[in-house]
Amino acid sequence: MERDDLIVNDSYSLNAHHSEEDGKGIRKKIYLVTVILSAITAVEVGMGIMFKRSETFTWTAIKWSFIILTLFKAGYIVMSFMHLGEERKNLRNAVIVPYFLFVAYLIFIALTEGASHFGMDQMFH
Amino acid sequence: MSGEASKAISKEVLWGGGRSPFSVSYGKMMMWYFLVSDALTFGGLLVAYGFSRAGSTAAWPIGEQVFRALPGAEGQYPLIYVALMTFILIVSSVTMVLAVEAGHRNDRKEVLKWMAFTIVGGFIFLGSQAWEWSHFIHGSGGSFLLAEDVQFAGPEGEMVEMTAGEAVFMDHHFGHLMEMHLNGNTAVTLNEEGSHVVLTELGEHPHEAHLHGLTINKYVEGETIIEGDAMNALWEARSNNFTFGANLHDSEYAVQQSYSDFFFFITGFHGFHVFSGVIINIVVFFLVLNRVMERRKHYEMVEKVGLYWHFVDLVWVFVFTFFYLI
Repeated sequence: MERDDLIVNDSYSLNAHHSEEDGKGIRKKIYLVTVILSAITAVEVGMGIMFKRSETFTWTAIKWSFIILTLFKAGYIVMSFMHLGEERKNLRNAVIVPYFLFVAYLIFIALTEGASHFGMDQMFH
Repeated sequence: MSGEASKAISKEVLWGGGRSPFSVSYGKMMMWYFLVSDALTFGGLLVAYGFSRAGSTAAWPIGEQVFRALPGAEGQYPLIYVALMTFILIVSSVTMVLAVEAGHRNDRKEVLKWMAFTIVGGFIFLGSQAWEWSHFIHGSGGSFLLAEDVQFAGPEGEMVEMTAGEAVFMDHHFGHLMEMHLNGNTAVTLNEEGSHVVLTELGEHPHEAHLHGLTINKYVEGETIIEGDAMNALWEARSNNFTFGANLHDSEYAVQQSYSDFFFFITGFHGFHVFSGVIINIVVFFLVLNRVMERRKHYEMVEKVGLYWHFVDLVWVFVFTFFYLI
């Protein structure tokens, strides 16, 4: 079995130091992610202004694209800025998997309850 | 298979038990666990917001229509200010990650430079939030509820019916004086003559505000400005239930108080995180300045506070989408 408690060639462990050259590459990546994050935010605001809210399919599609774009942004922040992507796979999973399980369940149950609350209010109004 | 003796483990990074799970230091792993629990708190808050909204039978305010003011500018700029705040936080996250990167090159001067930028960015964000809170609390004009059902001709000649209890919104100048008048300020007098409604503030420079128009559905779908006779009909049907801005008991933005409560709690709790992040950043800045990291031979403290700072940015990305955009 592979041990993952050994410190070998980890770019972010305490005893790993970068050279000037490494730094250049990393900075390039940082600036690229900055551009991506700003562009996504600009697109979101533009879409929010351009499209009026309605009960139509278009607005539903826009809402979902907001959520997907947000998840992209979150992914870039966590994987690149917080460099979770460069940590050991087990740490990554220990952080992400339990969180997603809890939150997905919470979202499901709260929205279901909320919708049923809405129905009750309408029925007995 | 790699045995215990076959790979070198640097002594400083081992935990008390002689191992280093996930190849990270104890502090960094605990920072991640803290962030996971904190993320659950914020997740809970946003989900609670979703629950209230999904369960609400009355119309829910639209972000673009509530947040559309810019400091020092007339006119309407839907969500521009919030987008600007998002951008400020993203930029300060970038300067933080640059500080972490400089730390890995043991470049003390650059760490200091980028951390200073990050702290400035944090303060700018906090200031922006203070402005937004102030704007939200003062509101833009105020509203009153109708005491009776009223029918009038809309801007395109169509008949509009409003029932008792629905909200009607005043413009900024009129609402401002109306608030003073209702609070018993005797310097402000209300004159109603025929179709003219005027508030006059007596003082060194008398100031008058006319009732030019009233708005219906201001913060929800179908916002319409009502003028002329229809405006007078709405004004005549008013009750004594006036609301100016928002606090924990009343809100001009929504019939459901929970909208402004969630605004205060979610953005306030996030702002509190930003504030503590700035403080921790300042502490670490001074540690770096005093060459503490040089003695430790690594800048992991910068990296850990960086994780917290990025997390604050991460939360804002979700608040932006789920509170303001959707």
